[in-house]
Amino acid sequence: MLIIGEKLSIIAKRVREAMMKKDKGPIQEIAVRQWKEGSGMIDANIGPAEDGGEELMQWMVTTIQEVVPLPICLDTTNFKAIEAGLKVHNNEWGRPLINSTSNDPERFPILELGAKYNSQVIGLTVGKGGLPADAEERAGIAAEIMARAMEYGVSLEDLFLDPLVLQIATSQDHARHVIKAISMFQEMNDPPMKTVVGLSNISNGCPKTLRPILNKYYFILLADAGLTAAIADAHEMAEALNDKALVADVLAGKQLSDTNKMSEISKTLDVIMGRTLYAHSYLEM
Amino acid sequence: MAFVAPKETYPGKVFQVGIGTDKQAVFGGENVLTFHSFEGNVPNRALVAYEIQDIPPDDWSETVRKVYEGVSGDPVTWAKYCQDTLKARAIALRLLGTHPDRENRSAEDAIKTVKDVLSAIQVPLIVLGSNHVEKDSSVLVAVSEAAKDKNCIIGKAQEANYKTIAAAAMANNHKLIAMSELDINLSKQLNILVTQMGFDKERLITDPMCSALGYGLEYTYSVMERIRLAALTQNDTTMQPPMLGDVGMYVWKVKETQASEADLPHWGTLEERGIAWETVTAGALIMAGAELLIMRHPKAVEAVEKFVDELM
Repeated sequence: MLIIGEKLSIIAKRVREAMMKKDKGPIQEIAVRQWKEGSGMIDANIGPAEDGGEELMQWMVTTIQEVVPLPICLDTTNFKAIEAGLKVHNNEWGRPLINSTSNDPERFPILELGAKYNSQVIGLTVGKGGLPADAEERAGIAAEIMARAMEYGVSLEDLFLDPLVLQIATSQDHARHVIKAISMFQEMNDPPMKTVVGLSNISNGCPKTLRPILNKYYFILLADAGLTAAIADAHEMAEALNDKALVADVLAGKQLSDTNKMSEISKTLDVIMGRTLYAHSYLEM
Repeated sequence: MAFVAPKETYPGKVFQVGIGTDKQAVFGGENVLTFHSFEGNVPNRALVAYEIQDIPPDDWSETVRKVYEGVSGDPVTWAKYCQDTLKARAIALRLLGTHPDRENRSAEDAIKTVKDVLSAIQVPLIVLGSNHVEKDSSVLVAVSEAAKDKNCIIGKAQEANYKTIAAAAMANNHKLIAMSELDINLSKQLNILVTQMGFDKERLITDPMCSALGYGLEYTYSVMERIRLAALTQNDTTMQPPMLGDVGMYVWKVKETQASEADLPHWGTLEERGIAWETVTAGALIMAGAELLIMRHPKAVEAVEKFVDELM
């Protein structure tokens, strides 16, 4: 499993301030930490970056790669900023990943960049008209993105399909639709299509103490379904791997000696799989 | 081979709630979806309460206002009219006059109104605040005490004020309405929070927030339907209290119940239109799973009762 370190996002206050001041210190510190914790790629999320996006993305890519021997996931809706980032990306550390194209015609040109710079590309399975309702709709959109990738000269092996993780607090059913989509995507090509998720969106809007718990068990279920990559917190995911065997035991119907852990796992799996209705206090019930 | 209708059985059951003292009213208690009496038990029909308020209904639509002309100037007369003439099975008294933007009546005023109404009627009473978060916490606490042991429904407790209101309802042996804003997960969360205070979940009524036909009814319908499915199919006890549709106040402010025939002749008679709007909204929510309704127009209530008669 490839972990794409998620921490360098403009949404985080500290990162945003460092980006604005072009202060390399915090950016490099966070990048190094994520690398040490097991990230195999670093996400550089500069947001829409309408003003100065090109310069900012180049600064991010070079700042990160100065201290970390990893490729970068270029995360912005600004086409020119992506191209600027690709131009300075050091491919010695691996090929970059563009985040992202989709089935929205405005996002098709992203695929040109993928072909031109020999970059990998994330295909977010959404179209122009609203969110996909279930796994099947996601697979339908995925098929269209795959066809378009080939048309633009991006190899299917360089395309990562992203089923779009939604917040469990407001869109609970999608948690299991996304797991199913990960399975379905792999069957759409031979060798199987690669897949990626923005993991922590699952717990967006949930109480702070609940977030790592939901992220962790959701990650384990997605990994079981064959997920290739996750934009996530590498530290949290390393912890998740420690719990993998326990989750397998619970799924197999075994009793754990640690009853608190047992209850945490089974309640969280029930919420993810839609067997009980989510509420912020679900663990206390 | 003869056709055998497929039947579902459900692990869960809706709590049965009884309110009032002299003439009790009971609702909920079913272990099947609405009107699925061929699959299990539907011990009670939905309860419709007539809405009255502590101040004259000057801002009500003309269609409903004229029904209560001559009685609505005083809540006691109004309540007795609903009970004796309209044969109401329950009364819902909204203390709208306590709202700071209305008459800003005090908790003491509210206590007097509630006591006067309670002593004049035998049917159960639902006491509603003015939907002002801070004011409701003082007013509803005061009226809960004033109505001690009368087994009323007190409402509405919301996320921002549930603690004081739930504590008062609990201490004075009332039932409690917990209202959240059209979000099933928040509705469940509020029920959990209220019960974590020690409030008995079997004394709760869930209000997922109402909306009128044409103005988001499908959202309320969907939330109610999913709450009921969670209660029955997942045996989720936090979702097993009966549900409230506070229909009247949402219906009688929309354009379709207000616009005059002169302005919109192709929309038909204003009076029939308004009654139909309240009937259809209430009927839809009963289908979605509501067990308690608060309504305004007697003809709409009559139509809803007939609808229930035919489907029970």
